Amino acid sequence: MQWETVIGLEVHVQLATRSKIFSGASTAFGAAPNSQACAVDLGMPGVLPVLNETAVAMAVQFGLGIHAEIPEVSVFDRKNYFYPDLPKGYQTSQMYHPIVGPGEVEITLEDGTIKRIRVHHAHLEEDAGKSLHEDFHGMTGVDLNRAGTPLLEIVSEPDMRSAKEAAAYLKAIHSIVTYLGISDGNMAEGSMRCDVNVSVRPVGQETYGTRAEIKNVNSFRFVERAIAFEVERQIELLEDGGKVVQETRLFDPERDETRSMRTKEEANDYRYFPCPDLLPVVLDQAYVDHLRDNLPELPADKRARFEADFGLSAYDAGVLSASREMAEYFERVKNACGDAKQAANWVQGELSGALNREGRRIQDSPVAAETLGELIRRVMDDTINGKAAKQVFQALWNGEGESADAVIEAKGLKQVTDTGAIEAMIDQVIADSPAQVAQYRDAEPDKRGKMIGYFVGQVMKASRGTANPQQVNKVLKDKLDALC
Amino acid sequence: MHDKTLTELAAGLQAGEFSSRELTQALLARIKRLDGELNSLITVTPEQALESADNADAARARGDAARLNGLPLAIKDLFCTEGVKTSAGSRMLDNFIAPFDATVVEKLKAAGTVSLGKTNLDEFAMGSSNENSFYGPVKNPWDTGAVPGGSSGGSAAAVAAGLVPAAMGTDTGGSIRQPAAFCGITGLKPTYGRVSRYGIIAYASSLDQAGPMARTAEDCAHLLGAIAGHDLRDSTSVARGVPDYTAELGAPLTGLKIGLPKEYFGDGLDPEVESAVREAVKVYESLGATVREVSLPHTHYAIPAYYVIAPAEASSNLSRYDGVRFGHRCDNPADLIDLYKRSRAEGFGEEVKRRILIGTHTLSEGFFDAYYKKAQQVRRLIRQDFLDAFEEVDVLMGPTSPTPAFDLGANKDPVSMYLQDIYTIAVNLAGIPGISVPAGFVGKRPAEGRPIGLQILGTHFAESRLLNVAHQFQQATDWHRRRPAIAEEAR
Amino acid sequence: MAIDKTDVLRAAHLARLGLSDEEASHYQDDLGRILAMVDQLQGLDTHGVAPLAHPLDATQRLRADEVTEPDRREQFQRCAPAVEEGLYLVPRVVE
Repeated sequence: MQWETVIGLEVHVQLATRSKIFSGASTAFGAAPNSQACAVDLGMPGVLPVLNETAVAMAVQFGLGIHAEIPEVSVFDRKNYFYPDLPKGYQTSQMYHPIVGPGEVEITLEDGTIKRIRVHHAHLEEDAGKSLHEDFHGMTGVDLNRAGTPLLEIVSEPDMRSAKEAAAYLKAIHSIVTYLGISDGNMAEGSMRCDVNVSVRPVGQETYGTRAEIKNVNSFRFVERAIAFEVERQIELLEDGGKVVQETRLFDPERDETRSMRTKEEANDYRYFPCPDLLPVVLDQAYVDHLRDNLPELPADKRARFEADFGLSAYDAGVLSASREMAEYFERVKNACGDAKQAANWVQGELSGALNREGRRIQDSPVAAETLGELIRRVMDDTINGKAAKQVFQALWNGEGESADAVIEAKGLKQVTDTGAIEAMIDQVIADSPAQVAQYRDAEPDKRGKMIGYFVGQVMKASRGTANPQQVNKVLKDKLDALC
Repeated sequence: MHDKTLTELAAGLQAGEFSSRELTQALLARIKRLDGELNSLITVTPEQALESADNADAARARGDAARLNGLPLAIKDLFCTEGVKTSAGSRMLDNFIAPFDATVVEKLKAAGTVSLGKTNLDEFAMGSSNENSFYGPVKNPWDTGAVPGGSSGGSAAAVAAGLVPAAMGTDTGGSIRQPAAFCGITGLKPTYGRVSRYGIIAYASSLDQAGPMARTAEDCAHLLGAIAGHDLRDSTSVARGVPDYTAELGAPLTGLKIGLPKEYFGDGLDPEVESAVREAVKVYESLGATVREVSLPHTHYAIPAYYVIAPAEASSNLSRYDGVRFGHRCDNPADLIDLYKRSRAEGFGEEVKRRILIGTHTLSEGFFDAYYKKAQQVRRLIRQDFLDAFEEVDVLMGPTSPTPAFDLGANKDPVSMYLQDIYTIAVNLAGIPGISVPAGFVGKRPAEGRPIGLQILGTHFAESRLLNVAHQFQQATDWHRRRPAIAEEAR
Repeated sequence: MAIDKTDVLRAAHLARLGLSDEEASHYQDDLGRILAMVDQLQGLDTHGVAPLAHPLDATQRLRADEVTEPDRREQFQRCAPAVEEGLYLVPRVVE
């Protein structure tokens, strides 16, 4: 039987506010345990929540970024359950009236086509603390620093049909939130976490199969692997005549498998009701319009502009707009050198290669965008040739010069275009290579093209790479042919 | 000094007749002598009190006296007080020393008041008789065989017995007004949102409101002025200026339109209470007010609606008492579930458990619409009843409670206890202000009788008007000046 | 709506309240009478009436995103039943 995979994602994004969603405690990562848990975060008797305006603004910005409806009124509810990392015994969330209504996110499939994934809604809620399972005499330690950090939970429709689409969607969300600057998107630190709903159904069937929810899949790679495993598990189960159970599963990256979480011995009953300590949040149109007017250009718009205005391929435009930092760097290079295609080639080629080799982020590149632009300009105006350019880049990367021109000067890489000088070097090479000249002369004319490479190499070597290769080629051919 | 009003004491301090230290010492001595029997205070803080009194005296000497400089009072043990045990009348918080002050406590300190201690209450403010306290019941100073009312029973009893001239209470369904009525003092529940709830241990968040309890409306006006106002830490507190609540106390009542809700004079109302209230209304007529009957048609739905909404909110508000970060923790928990279940079973008393169970049940899947949503709809109808009535009249009047204080231990059935709050509970659902003033006694001789309270209600933020109406009554009558025998004997 | 003992035990479990069998029976009786009283609400037609969550028709005020709370761990943990290395201790949580 042919199976179709159906995937929906719940993505939790920690918003990059300075203080918590309902208190004035810091949200900074990595502080000493419970040093950033204030009375409100600890759920001390008598304390009350007050909503952070930046968390609201960030949620609305996200909504605008995915072209979602922004309802005028949203309401906070309490989700009641007991857990040591949940100090008040309830999580303040938005069950019935979320701050962001339906919207959509574009993803680019491998064949370059664009698919729209619908977002059901996004709502604000508070993060929980952390349980640390190191052994404290058989006890668990609870750190509530993270409790109360604002989260935006983004709930997709079950619109994804493969692990790759799910990963692309997650990357698209990542790129939107980082473009907007509403989250650092750092998955390793838990700033972005993901629950995956997976089901399979026979191709052509309308109704969805029973789904499993895989909790806390916290990297792009794990999303793909967890889904791949889960899909295979479900298909195998169904083909053996079994049934998929609706349940929560955990992905174990070490074993590359998902496992049932059996700890929930009974169905939860969260007893949602409107939080009486918070009032309805009312957003007037002027406020939403103001945020809309000040929205930065988002990845989808940027990609379209790179294609339309710069004539870049869909692929190049996609890569260069994937992150705000990449796009900004690219545009600065482009402005410095004046040629989008050259800038695109260098950013995706030499620069990305070097960044990948050293595991650096583009914002930490040792070669500034303007410096790279200057280097490209020197290639374009024939000051240096392509080979020398790579040397200059490497030198700049290693911090061996302030500017491209300085490196070119210091290393004497300026391209030799003086015909007299080139002719002299060629004459010398021909004089030093009687055997090769003889071979050249004896060869069939159509084989000579290949043999000229040797002479070009020698001349370039003699010029320490500075001779203009096109010029060398032409003069060499003329001179050698004259000997035949 | 102990039978003076706050206003009279302020004048005495101002005139240098006595110092705050002398006043504080006198009252601390009285507490020592009398409170063993009354049990109105859970914690007495003599050192802190004397230090505050000295600071107040020093400030006055510098010419830097705050608005309530050097005036002693007590605070219901539901308000967090930094460095002082804050128990909520519960075993759960018997070991809880609050690490911060409630906003009301901060404001009272800033106003120069001197706190003598924390008053007894029904556990987590759940009750109408003060019999639900981990620290034992409070006795009514008028008759130690009677309850003082609840949940602010300790505050009411302490004021009535002359242990303090004023105390802070909270009112979720009548918890200031009913004990004020039972103890023959004046108690004001302000409009919801008028006084910050920050640092007040929550019972039912959409109903809780703090207010003053004192001998006179005038004293309440001074206290309300000190504690009211917008608080950035309480989202439900209202950003609205605080008027001088004493400014209109003296305004004549000529032309005042009084409404008597016919539902407040029906079955179950003690005839002596009814006649005292009707006498009081006659006093108002003599002061130039006009009286008409009005109807609050949804009155009888108030108690059912309240016993859905309040326990639901409470069940969630009290989830934080889990034995992890503060409060009672059971010995040697076997596992996490055991920690939760035993700590909470041991920490909470019977009435609290009852309300947690009711609230948990009515919020459960399948019941939410039938109970919680329905109760909220009824809540709107109840509020509308009041808004409609206030289109026709300025204030509503009626009894605070259908009976005077009942005997300790007399009311065993929870439902019949709940029904006692018939005249006070709707006020919290609607969020309007209400005040209870002494209006007579049930019993042959006042000194042996049990006090009766007249309840006066106004529309949202009509506190100035209520205080004016109450004050004028107290200018024309002397019920508020009567003192229980216990207070007289102790002289 | 009547309440049976299973409902009481279910609510007690959700609320993490330990109840003995005897206590559960006692509460079943109380809760049954309270719910019978509450059931008067069902007799009132509330069709089309919007639920009222707060007595005033106010809306949420927003707080500036500023860090205003200092580290007060030491004071806060003074009233904690079990703490080590700044962490609150609970019986082992099994994932």
